[in-house]
Amino acid sequence: MNINMTLLLQAIGFGIFIFFTYKFVLPPLANAIEGRRRQIADGLAEAEKGKASLATAQTEVDKIVAEAKAKASEIVALAEKQRTATIDASKGEAKAAGEREKQMAADEIAQLSVKAKAELRDRVADLAVAGAERILKREINPQVHSDLLGQLKAEL
Amino acid sequence: MSEASQAAQSPTEYIQHHLANLVHNVQPGGGFWTVHVDTVVTSMILGVLAFGLLYLISRKVTAGVPGKAQAFFELVYDFVDGQVKDIFSSGDRRFIVGLSFTVFVWVILMNAMDFLPIDYFAGFMENVLHIHSWKPVPTSDINTTLALSLTVIGLVIIYSVKAKGFGGYMHELFCTPFGSFPLLWPLNFLFQMIELISKPLSLALRLYGNMYAGEIIFLLIAMLGAAGIGGALVGGLLHAGWAIFHILIVALQAFIFMMLTAVYMAMAHEHH
Repeated sequence: MNINMTLLLQAIGFGIFIFFTYKFVLPPLANAIEGRRRQIADGLAEAEKGKASLATAQTEVDKIVAEAKAKASEIVALAEKQRTATIDASKGEAKAAGEREKQMAADEIAQLSVKAKAELRDRVADLAVAGAERILKREINPQVHSDLLGQLKAEL
Repeated sequence: MSEASQAAQSPTEYIQHHLANLVHNVQPGGGFWTVHVDTVVTSMILGVLAFGLLYLISRKVTAGVPGKAQAFFELVYDFVDGQVKDIFSSGDRRFIVGLSFTVFVWVILMNAMDFLPIDYFAGFMENVLHIHSWKPVPTSDINTTLALSLTVIGLVIIYSVKAKGFGGYMHELFCTPFGSFPLLWPLNFLFQMIELISKPLSLALRLYGNMYAGEIIFLLIAMLGAAGIGGALVGGLLHAGWAIFHILIVALQAFIFMMLTAVYMAMAHEHH
């Protein structure tokens, strides 16, 4: 155990190592660790915020979905109503058209029968005149008896 | 295992040879002005390597995902920082952490030189480098441990004065532990001086004693090798066992030195 100058040299070396470590080696590492701690804290806070905003978004989404559902059922009901209305309308229209068609056919029939009757009347009158002519043999002057003939025609 | 060149030595000579420092006399005649070259060179190489390497790592540290080197560095730093935080929770602890970190890293490396197989190392020094005596463990030299502990106590005194002011420190020296009655001043001062001297002495002697004793036990085990093949085998086994146990001692002594450094520094900031 001899204490000598080695002690001084070792103390000087130790002092230099302390200074070097304290000044140059540890600060960057301490800063990096502190920075990482901050990053992690920030990240956790961010995640917490994200969770909260997710919850509010979820309620928002629920509200929107409910609204959309209500609107959709409303639209469906409206469409149903419109469909029955349209069907009814077209039914009525078709009925009316049929009615019109029927009316037109009836009219035509009536017209035709009137026409046929008139024709028949003419023919019968002619026939009667011819028959009478034959019977009277030129006795009847058409000019004189035209009134009588007209009366007959009207009677037929 | 002993070498052929040492077979002629007596056990005492063998041990003394291994425990001798490489001495350089700065002034003729020696005395205080001698230097243990082996101690200084080994410890400085270890210190420069360790702190240089850590400096290189620290230049590339990132707050993001750390590399493996940075992760290891952070592991050691967090360990020291956590211990210091437990002791000294109030105020800026950066200097205490820096001091404790330096002590821990340097001491554990110097202690770890004990793992080098003594005779192989000595043989390499003797036969390859032709250096006759070279003690590889700087902490088994009382000069190193005393240098460490005296530096620590010097820093403790400086920080006591810084934290409490010169008057405050003097008040502490003269008025504690027994009280501020003037008749008690000499007694208080005596107690404080005993405390101040015992702190570095106990620090230095604890580390020195442990490492020196460890080395001697390695040497004693190595001497079994002189007893033939059986002795060599038993010696090898014992050597392995003691080396494994020594891993604990190496780390533990470095840890104790670091912790006491932190405790003394924290006490310097305490007000009485």
